[in-house]
Amino acid sequence: MRHQLSRVGTLAIAVLAASVAVTACGSSDGASGGSTGTSGGKVELTIGTFTEFGYEDLLTEYMRLHPNIKITQHKTGEGGPYHQNLFTKLAAGHGLEDVVAVEEGYISDVLARPNLFNDLTKIGPKDVTPDRWLPWKYEGGKAKNGALIGYGTDIGPEAMCYRSDLFKAAGLPTDPEKVAPLFATWQSYFAAGDQYVAHTHKAWFDSDSQTFNAMHNQLPIGFLNTDDSLAMETNPQIRANWDTVTAAGERGQSAKLTAFSPEWNNGFKTGAFATTVCPSWMLGVVKEQAGPKNSGKWAVTAAFPGGGGNWGGSYLAVPKQSQHPTEAAALAAWLTAPEQQIKAFQKTGNFPSQVKALTDPALLSTTDPYFGNAKTGEIFSEQAKKVERAQYKGPGDGKIKENAVSPALQAVEQGKSPQDGWQQAVDAAKKIIK
Amino acid sequence: MSSGRSARLAERGPTGRYPEVPGPVPQTPKLTLRDRISGWDVKFSPYVYIAPFFILFGLVGLFPLLYTGYVSLFDWDLLDETHKFIGFNNYIDLFQDDQFYTTLVNTLSIFLLSSVPQIIIAVLLAALLNTNLRAPTGWRIGVLLPYVASLVALGIIFANLFGPNYGLVNGFLELVGLDRIDWQASRFASHIAIAVMINWRWTGYNALIVLAAMQAIPKDVYEAALIDGASAFRRLVSITLPLLRPTLIFVVMTSTIGGLQVFTEPKLFDSMPGSNNGGSSNQFQTVTLYLYQTGFESQHLGYASAIAWVLFLVIIVIAVINFLLTRRLAGTGEKK
Repeated sequence: MRHQLSRVGTLAIAVLAASVAVTACGSSDGASGGSTGTSGGKVELTIGTFTEFGYEDLLTEYMRLHPNIKITQHKTGEGGPYHQNLFTKLAAGHGLEDVVAVEEGYISDVLARPNLFNDLTKIGPKDVTPDRWLPWKYEGGKAKNGALIGYGTDIGPEAMCYRSDLFKAAGLPTDPEKVAPLFATWQSYFAAGDQYVAHTHKAWFDSDSQTFNAMHNQLPIGFLNTDDSLAMETNPQIRANWDTVTAAGERGQSAKLTAFSPEWNNGFKTGAFATTVCPSWMLGVVKEQAGPKNSGKWAVTAAFPGGGGNWGGSYLAVPKQSQHPTEAAALAAWLTAPEQQIKAFQKTGNFPSQVKALTDPALLSTTDPYFGNAKTGEIFSEQAKKVERAQYKGPGDGKIKENAVSPALQAVEQGKSPQDGWQQAVDAAKKIIK
Repeated sequence: MSSGRSARLAERGPTGRYPEVPGPVPQTPKLTLRDRISGWDVKFSPYVYIAPFFILFGLVGLFPLLYTGYVSLFDWDLLDETHKFIGFNNYIDLFQDDQFYTTLVNTLSIFLLSSVPQIIIAVLLAALLNTNLRAPTGWRIGVLLPYVASLVALGIIFANLFGPNYGLVNGFLELVGLDRIDWQASRFASHIAIAVMINWRWTGYNALIVLAAMQAIPKDVYEAALIDGASAFRRLVSITLPLLRPTLIFVVMTSTIGGLQVFTEPKLFDSMPGSNNGGSSNQFQTVTLYLYQTGFESQHLGYASAIAWVLFLVIIVIAVINFLLTRRLAGTGEKK
């Protein structure tokens, strides 16, 4: 009897264990979402960010100002996995934070699905008006149907960084004011490059793709037309930029170092190239890669060929999944106000996109000893105002840049003809938007 | 399963089936609840004990496999609200997709460049480790160390070593008077670099498995061969390899399955950080990398599922070929 009972007991345990295994798998994703709820009369909000937004103290301050709100921040170290998670949860229909950060490179894919996000002009505080932001930044957060999907946080206005010691050796001017005319147009930029190469037999810029992307970003529309058809074959300007850059590369101006690769990092230390496009956040990268040994050799000037340009920056959006869209939009509006973005700038160096913040003394007085005490705050504030418009970026634009055009430019640097490289880029782009 | 129960029924006789037979029924005890439970226990509990494995396998193995097959029949993009059924069109597209063939050739090339030298070196290494070495455990741990190291760290280090401009390998080539090789640009050179990475990690692991099998071979077989005058090479070919056959089949199978799914090494080898392109013109993109790019970067889940299924079938075919080959090659001394 005892023996048999114990057998029955084991059977029951086995069945129980099996059913627990099944149910455990079924119920887990509800909890992981970190979505919202109300506990004890408090509204619980979540916010998802990647790398450093500098929001930690600001969120504490917001909770102090609004005792009925409790905020949890989900931070992800890298942008890539963060956005992959974002799109997966958008597809799943639940699990996203109430406020999500979206980087400029991914915003086109978000703007292509306005039905998955709240229109901030409808649910956001009424005192938030378009003139808070630089016009091109505000336009960049709007979907084609006119809905405002994201409030702008920071931007990456572009200037030019150059090695003043290498410039001197090549007989070029070294003073930022005197260097600026060299960077007035792309034509003058590449002409100076020829001069530099002839003198030193060294490369002028780091890679074809960095330079091409900077030129391409100044066009009114990106790789896709406003009807979302591929613009690469129909827009002669894209092809013209391609030809200009690859020709300069073939004249020895490119160091052929893929951006952000270990070899590129080494190139900063060895002085493999004399100039590089410098969005505001790039100063930190230059400093880290060139190292303290090269302090004072790199300089930055308030000039960018062909006017201004922007690379990077983010938006805060409120997905439809959010249970408390109004409260979430209010939080996003508060965080993207000039007063708060200045504090974030002081913390992380993320350059604010708000008009009022660009004249803030805290920003304008910023200098950088590494770059010969350049007035970096003033330089980038000036560069931000030179950006003429938000480029139209259709869905898949960022992927075309990353996975079709940049690799094809690298292939040209590795020996492919510019014509074959162009064909490779077009074929790959067609596949991406398929 | 039924032996216990039928034995018990046989003891009792067929009474249960003929209740209408008149006359004094012999003392046939009715089936008590206890007996029934005991019967069920014997009959069903083995299944219940093994059920957790199959339930888990069904959830994380079989279901995804079948669901992937289902998804592959649709034009299914990650953020689409509706998915259009398109039958086998994804497969038709795939068989006309140049990039797919490029990645397939890359995968096979990297697989051959890694698995073949890897297994040959592993067997030789095992033969060396099987001799009378001082501190044998030290040596054995030594060959296993690369396997313990983090794959991502290895990938980053090897990508650095094979850097075209500042890499150590090219520096060395220049030192001995050879030309630099652009390990990123050249298709074949990139395959070699990636194969070196894979071999570095897996050779020692396979050598240990082969070593274990070698130590299980009885010494007297070798002694008999020695008396018959067999040379060391003859002993290796006629005794060691045939007796290693089951182990070699296992090693070849696992390296086939692993080799055809190479992902991390080519991903980390790419000079563009985070890229899934496998080089500027896909020169070292493997099928799994292409699958990952299609599914999670381009977000064409239907097409990615079709790639997954075709890869699955390719692996089965190549595994069967390898199984037959290994049986032949290592089976010279044995008849079945």
